[in-house]
Amino acid sequence: MEKITSRVVPLPVDDVDTDQIIPARFLKVTSREGLILFADWRAPGKPAAILDTDEAKGCEVLLAGRNFGCGSSREHAPWALVGAGFRAVIAASFADIFKGNALKNGLLPVEVDEATLAKLHAVRASDPQMDVTIDLEAQLLLAPGVAARFPIDPFAKRCLRDGVDELGYLLAHLKEIEAHEARG
Amino acid sequence: MKTLFEKVWSDHVVMQEPGSPAILSIDLHLVHEVTSPQAFTGLEKRGLKVRRPERTVATMDHSTPTIKTSLPMLEPMARKQLETLAQNCERHGIQLHAYGSDTTGIVHVLGPERGLTRPGMTIVCGDSHTSTHGAFGALAFGIGTSEVEHVLATQCLLQHRPKTLEVRVDGRLGPGVTGKDVILAIIAKLGVGGGTGFVIEYTGSAIRALDMAGRMTVCNMSIEAGARAGMIAPDDTTIDYLARTRVPPTDRELAKWRALPTDEGATFDRSISLDASELVPMITFGTMPDTGIPIDAPIPAGNDKALAYMGLEAGRPLLGRDVDVVFVGSCTNSRIEDLRAAAGILRGRHVAKNVRMLVVPGSMKIKRDAEAEGLDEVFRAAGAEWREPGCSMCIAMNGDEVPAGKFAVSTSNRNFEGRQGKGARTLLASPLTAAASAVAGKVADPRTLV
Ligand code: SF4
Repeated sequence: MEKITSRVVPLPVDDVDTDQIIPARFLKVTSREGLILFADWRAPGKPAAILDTDEAKGCEVLLAGRNFGCGSSREHAPWALVGAGFRAVIAASFADIFKGNALKNGLLPVEVDEATLAKLHAVRASDPQMDVTIDLEAQLLLAPGVAARFPIDPFAKRCLRDGVDELGYLLAHLKEIEAHEARG
Repeated sequence: MKTLFEKVWSDHVVMQEPGSPAILSIDLHLVHEVTSPQAFTGLEKRGLKVRRPERTVATMDHSTPTIKTSLPMLEPMARKQLETLAQNCERHGIQLHAYGSDTTGIVHVLGPERGLTRPGMTIVCGDSHTSTHGAFGALAFGIGTSEVEHVLATQCLLQHRPKTLEVRVDGRLGPGVTGKDVILAIIAKLGVGGGTGFVIEYTGSAIRALDMAGRMTVCNMSIEAGARAGMIAPDDTTIDYLARTRVPPTDRELAKWRALPTDEGATFDRSISLDASELVPMITFGTMPDTGIPIDAPIPAGNDKALAYMGLEAGRPLLGRDVDVVFVGSCTNSRIEDLRAAAGILRGRHVAKNVRMLVVPGSMKIKRDAEAEGLDEVFRAAGAEWREPGCSMCIAMNGDEVPAGKFAVSTSNRNFEGRQGKGARTLLASPLTAAASAVAGKVADPRTLV
């Protein structure tokens, strides 16, 4: 992952919990298939109804609110987002476990301040064709009238950029792990 | 000078390279059917084995029915999930408390009652309410399925060191006020994101005065304030509890545990405090766990989206509002102490005609203990349903659901939209408040009945 340039799907709702992202009835799967993102929020008039419109086709970025992904530890949430074609979520803050789960699945959590987020929503509201560019290397989010730096943990950045995976890193340190366990 | 968290953390850090997270060694890995299948698949794709099967314990709880039935009778997806876990455990030599067995139960009820959960440990599970185990002075937190795979493969995790938050509750709780009311008040104060990035340590005389069941209820809901873990320092209450389990403490353990509590003068990154004597029974009105209010308070304004979903109006109290379902259960409030509290209110009374009440013990052991005490008789005589153990209406994956638009007073931990069934409206409260509401047929103040 280097740069993402895409139109956005707006979801201006705070505290979107993982039960909304993927309701519990989808958790009976034993693979990553069959997950319907925002299944209960897609009816007309509901917050994610836009997902079934042409506007959302091909969008790789979700423009969310504050405290995105709170609630359960289910990794089905990022799986459902990635499965629906998303590669990044922009929000004013993320819940811890969600953020970790997202990064492990190549979904980039882009955290910006509330004013920037409000601006992005405002621009998107007046121009549905608005493009954003997310530059992982520079940790920079660009949109019409917006240039915002976003934080990312350096290790996670390295993993995303180099396609390194955490399990590989852990396995490479088995000797140290064994030594620690031997100490008791 | 170190906090409880810092002691457990530093004890378990294998190594840390500059610019990388720490490698944290994990003592106990709890596994259930919902968040593990893809982890086992990933493990096998890499040709790896479970590295420390003896530190891994599995149970079936989320999608299991709470009526007596057998595996072949289950809905095909649930059955496949349970069979997959059984096969994975078999293949990797993992102890499994299978559906229908005599030792099964909700994962966070099972660990403590079987003496697996112990002070000073690191404990993880693919479930955000793993924070429950922190009641014993363990560092316990929920992880995603990728991390389940990491722990299966290495018995370690990559972790950034969290910050510390002290939540001090001093003073005495009044009658009818429980650990559940304490934690709902704390979450209301912190907000759903207020604890993000922190591990909470609960301190103060009101916390010390709680029994282990109450402490587990408090730690259980730490995640509802965004904190991945909540901890309470071990003391005589902890040790007495463990002495009654299958694995009583050894002298070596006791010496270690005595050194765990936060040192005098150690500092936290942040502290807040509450006065226990000011707390009253709490109930939530919204669709986030931080919407708890005193049971007799009016619903505050400014939550239009949540109130529209809940069909409630600002300015009016919840007290006296009709309820349709009452659920006593979940890893928050399904222990024997919770069942005794609910039974205490129901004894000699009857569940109102308009209410369906479901009582679901947290484990087979609790079910048997409750039946030995005659609690099941109390529930049945009052017109409540007495069920087999499991998560049940907490997550509504097993067929136990609140119908759309109906109101449930629930002792579980989440009131998210649809959590207890599509369109269900959840009011979170204590077992006392739940039982009192079942009897009244409306949201009721338990202080009028205890
Ligand atoms: S009872 Fe509810 S919160 Fe607890 S483990 Fe089961 S589903 Fe999760």
